[in-house]
Amino acid sequence: MTFATTLKNTLAKDLQLEWRSKDAINSMLFFALLVVVIFSFSFDLSPEESRPIAGGLVWVALLFAAVVALNQTWSRELRNSVLDAYRIAPAPLESLFLAKTIGNFIFVSVLELVIAPLFVIFYNLRSVGPVYQLVLASVLGNWALVVNGTFFGAISIRTRSREVLLPLLLFPISIPAMLAAVNATANTLTGEGSAYLPLVFLAVYDVVFTAVGLFLFETVLQAE
Amino acid sequence: MSYLYAAYIIVWVVLIGYIGILTMGFRKLAEEVKELEK
Amino acid sequence: MKSKFTIFALITFALLSWGLYEALIGAPTEATMGPVQRIFYYHVPCAWVMELCFPANFLLSIAYLIWRKPEIDALAVSTAEVGVVFCTIVLLTGPIWGKPVWGIWWTWDARLTSTLVLWLIYVSYLILRKFSIGGPNAVLAASLAIFGCLDAVFVFMAIRWFRTQHPKPVFGGGADSGIDPRMLQAFFVNMAAFTALGILLVWLRFVLERTRQKVEEAHAMKALGATR
Repeated sequence: MTFATTLKNTLAKDLQLEWRSKDAINSMLFFALLVVVIFSFSFDLSPEESRPIAGGLVWVALLFAAVVALNQTWSRELRNSVLDAYRIAPAPLESLFLAKTIGNFIFVSVLELVIAPLFVIFYNLRSVGPVYQLVLASVLGNWALVVNGTFFGAISIRTRSREVLLPLLLFPISIPAMLAAVNATANTLTGEGSAYLPLVFLAVYDVVFTAVGLFLFETVLQAE
Repeated sequence: MSYLYAAYIIVWVVLIGYIGILTMGFRKLAEEVKELEK
Repeated sequence: MKSKFTIFALITFALLSWGLYEALIGAPTEATMGPVQRIFYYHVPCAWVMELCFPANFLLSIAYLIWRKPEIDALAVSTAEVGVVFCTIVLLTGPIWGKPVWGIWWTWDARLTSTLVLWLIYVSYLILRKFSIGGPNAVLAASLAIFGCLDAVFVFMAIRWFRTQHPKPVFGGGADSGIDPRMLQAFFVNMAAFTALGILLVWLRFVLERTRQKVEEAHAMKALGATR
């Protein structure tokens, strides 16, 4: 089985499973909505005040919602011993990693499409800078979260504490990516400062950690 | 001045605390070894 | 082996005592910062030990993934733990020094933030090791360490570029104009003392881990023997 076919099939399988049951996506969406609401009434700000902070708030909300999504996709594999099947299958494990990451990326993008408009509504946001930069920041930041989250998700389900461990591992490692994403978002929203540098930084971060994740995924999955 | 002493005390508390943890680890291992040799 | 260890421990203890004397009494009081500046003689050596431990762990993690020897893993976990201990000391003593001297407990500059993030990453490393089940333990942790150290580089760069509007106190600069030789002496004695202490603690932890590994092996062998 080639890399591309495995990738396509695994991805299709994940999306199909999710579409049929819709349990993960529903709970994620509702969780995302709750997070936005709680943040929104914790900080009651005028539109001008909220613009510099909204970037940070959106990303924190997304971080928490993403963890819910990431845990779901791996725990499903564990339930039916699918993980063991993958380990002995002749398919390249990197394609599994990439397929899972892309699947997670799609899920988290759906979350973003819910969270972002809600923030705009609750905070009466209006971006000073170009919107395409916001889109770019969310795509790159999303991938940064998801590529690390998928990798650490694979690690944490093989431990005693399963789902609890994922945020503990993910949050420290994501700090630079979050910093850059928040910076890019805030700069674009307020129109002050260039979003160019943080976006380039995010792109480099994405490339580096995708490479390291691909490289080490087999090691981690085959451990012991 | 009290900042200075607070800092030094913290350093020593942390270090001695860690050495204490290691010592307890050794004691537990010693017990386990005795169990094995039975 | 045990006698070598005892001798080294005694030397370390002697150096630490000398260092304490130098730091509190031997070195003159600094002109601008006053007696609080003496924290420097402990803060910087501890930071130095941490800066030895964490990169060592990074290299050991890579080495473990290549050669898979249990000794390498034992050394890796030792350097990680001792690194966290000294990093904790740095993060606690730094603000205590900072508050009276610069008026702030904390700032998000490159150095402080990357130290904090390294601490977080290695604490998560230790938690991962606690929660792993037996076998894959070491490999998972080694992978995390590699991710973590790469990440620390990114953190440093990120703060450098994205948080430049905050004040940047310089830690580890010591006295500015014409460093008093007695201060240098206090500094170097404590550097030697804490380096020795770091090595001693890693050594101790390594022995503990190796013993633990051998005991586990013995348990496994016993279990196999019993079922024969």
